[in-house]
Amino acid sequence: MWRRLLITLAVILPLIGILAYGFIRDPRYIKTPLIGRQAPPFTLTLFDGKRLSLENLRGKVVFLNFWASWCPPCRAEARELEATWQRVKDQEVIFLGIDIQDTEEDARAFLKEFSITYPNGRDASGKVAIDYGVWGIPETFFIDRRGRITYKHVGTLGQALITAKLDEARGDVVSAKEGKGTYQSIR
Amino acid sequence: MIATIGHSSVLAALLLALWGMIAPILGSRTEQKAFFTSTRVAILGQFALVTAASLSLIYALVTTDFSIKYVAFNTTRATPVYYRITGLWGALEGSLLLWEWILIIFSGLVAWIYKDHHRELMPWVLMIFSTVSAFFLSVIAFASNPFDPIFPPPPDGRGLNPLLEDANMITHPPLLYTGFVGLTVPYAFAMAALIKGKLDEAWIMTTRRWTITAWFFLTMGNLVGAWWSYHVLGWGGYWAWDPVENAAFMPWLPATAFLHSVQVQERRRMLKVWNLSLIIIAFSLTIFGTFLTRSGVLSSIHAFSSGPVGTVFLAFLAFVLLASFGLLAYRADQLRGQPELDSVVSRESAFLLNNVVLVSALFTIFLGTIFPLISEAVTGVQVSVGAPYFNSVTAPLFLLTVFLMGVGPMIAWRKASWDNFKRNFLWPSAASLALGLALAVWRVRDFLPLLGFTLSAFVVFTIFFDTALAARARHRIVGERVVSALMALARRNQRRYGGLIVHLGVVLIFLGIAGSMSYSIEREATLQLGEALSIGRYHVQFEGLRGSQQPTHYRVEAAFRVFNQGHELGVMSPALKFFPSQQSPVGRAVFRSTLSEDLYLILSGFSELQQNRATLKVLMRPLLTWIWLGGIVIALGTLVAIWPVRKSSER
Repeated sequence: MWRRLLITLAVILPLIGILAYGFIRDPRYIKTPLIGRQAPPFTLTLFDGKRLSLENLRGKVVFLNFWASWCPPCRAEARELEATWQRVKDQEVIFLGIDIQDTEEDARAFLKEFSITYPNGRDASGKVAIDYGVWGIPETFFIDRRGRITYKHVGTLGQALITAKLDEARGDVVSAKEGKGTYQSIR
Repeated sequence: MIATIGHSSVLAALLLALWGMIAPILGSRTEQKAFFTSTRVAILGQFALVTAASLSLIYALVTTDFSIKYVAFNTTRATPVYYRITGLWGALEGSLLLWEWILIIFSGLVAWIYKDHHRELMPWVLMIFSTVSAFFLSVIAFASNPFDPIFPPPPDGRGLNPLLEDANMITHPPLLYTGFVGLTVPYAFAMAALIKGKLDEAWIMTTRRWTITAWFFLTMGNLVGAWWSYHVLGWGGYWAWDPVENAAFMPWLPATAFLHSVQVQERRRMLKVWNLSLIIIAFSLTIFGTFLTRSGVLSSIHAFSSGPVGTVFLAFLAFVLLASFGLLAYRADQLRGQPELDSVVSRESAFLLNNVVLVSALFTIFLGTIFPLISEAVTGVQVSVGAPYFNSVTAPLFLLTVFLMGVGPMIAWRKASWDNFKRNFLWPSAASLALGLALAVWRVRDFLPLLGFTLSAFVVFTIFFDTALAARARHRIVGERVVSALMALARRNQRRYGGLIVHLGVVLIFLGIAGSMSYSIEREATLQLGEALSIGRYHVQFEGLRGSQQPTHYRVEAAFRVFNQGHELGVMSPALKFFPSQQSPVGRAVFRSTLSEDLYLILSGFSELQQNRATLKVLMRPLLTWIWLGGIVIALGTLVAIWPVRKSSER
């Protein structure tokens, strides 16, 4: 009888284990193949009407942040991003926000609410977001001076991590893995 | 107020359920009969209390009491009354209450019907019911409470997901839940038999009809789900092998296997451990299904709200599996000493093979469903397993099942004789081979569909041939006319003829699936006003767009005039519905069904209304209607099998 009980346990416990493992992963989470590759090019109309092309930013480290006004974690990190921008904007760095799946009106209100000063544009067709494989926002890409993606972060970011990753991008260091914040929003 | 009544009824029912769990144990310790009789009181009390709780929630939904969160989230003031009632299963919290309600109705029926039977077994049967019920009640009371208040109450509710505002939503979830819950009855009897060590066939005989009934509801639940998907979701398909669909389908496989293998146990006292295992697996899969649907561990196109109940269900699943199989392992010695198979060519072995095939199908589907988890846990690689895997691994298994459906019911018990072969299989085989050949000559050239059609014909011929022989025999001996001979046959052997009719229904479904999967044509084009698209014999001409404001949404309709080889069939108008609450429009496909094929029109896009340009997707899916006809035939067969007649002469 003990042998049978043991067999029963040997079959059932791993099964339950596998199912329980499901709780610590997010089935919608898609790993990006983009880290270490050239950043997909795009041209965007900014909210102030100017056109901006990624190509023209070569030579600077680019902090590319996808957001939307309806996304609570984006609101959570907005002040932090602006504060970091104020601190690092003279260090050959450019912050660029891309608003996706949003209305222009709501997006402008969001920028005003958080007094955001770095350039922001709207990806109305969703093309840029698709090129970058954005699946949940906020998502942030760090691009080095030669236009290579060095790091991707899903979820909210803090000042310390941003500064560290900007330094890495400046030093041509490519992260092995993307990072994950605890607070993200999926739509 | 109503929330208080509901919630306190749930809590009181939970106390009774806990009592129902321990009373039989106290009874066997102290040998006082009162403990055993109290299990019945506990069940009937839970029945009254859960009914009160469910009615409270329905009342709150109907009167749009927005101080209850569940009501505020699932109805609006504009929702028609019948959709307010179906709001009971419009989201997680209510669905669990409905599940518990159905469970306790089944338990109450069992407690009532068998109040003078199985004196030894019943307290333990009811204990199992109380245990399952205690689990659901504690989830309802603590983890996912439908009576949670919301403050301040919103002026209007948020309403159901518009996709759920459909007549099939009235039937699909309750049917499926009834099927799931129905499996608790044979499971409870099986467990009681294991606990008491009364391992004869009594539990199987008693639960036969319950199992057939549960199987029937499970079948219908899945079919209505497929029908809803086909006719509301507007993608032209009815089954996508999505984890949630698999979760609903998987219990069906061991339940079907069980229905067949218990006949072997009834006749030959074989397969005892196997039957107990099957019913444990079938019951566990109903819990697994809810876990999968509600935990969000696998990505699914079916967006269900998840919340904390996933963990609770997994814990309960672990408990059920360990306790049940542990008990089985404990009693296994008493289940030894079964007769051996007399011959490989016999009904026993046909049924056994059918079981192996169905369980293999279950295993492959289960593996495919949880494979993304295994893969990521073991290798860290993300994969998704889709329809191609499921189609290619299950197709041979289902073909084999169809073949066995022809062989199993006609082959003799113990050892088939050459006479048995000549009598039952010679002509049907010849006729189906001839038909297969004719189909091949006509135009069915692909191997798998051709094999499928031939095997289906084989099943149908064996059934008709056997029934004709039996009717002829009655006609000769008793001198009855054909119709009354058939009626008498069915009455004399309800289970056999009911089963054969169900087989015919399954064959129809199989043909519908084979035809619509193998020979569908699909065309898509953007049409200017007056332009036409041809597909098969059909010609679809675009006649304009029209927009209209509906009570809950804005609707854009496109009119298409449809011709079949030049004959006008009228106008078909697929539409796109724009709900203010939804980002993307909801499609409303239209279709025209005939026995030979369905013509299915989907509006996939349009220009500005004035410019009159529309993108149309047209599908022609052969034999698809046969799936739904098969469902009707299965319902008929089930009725024949369980219709209560001739109580006196039944075993």
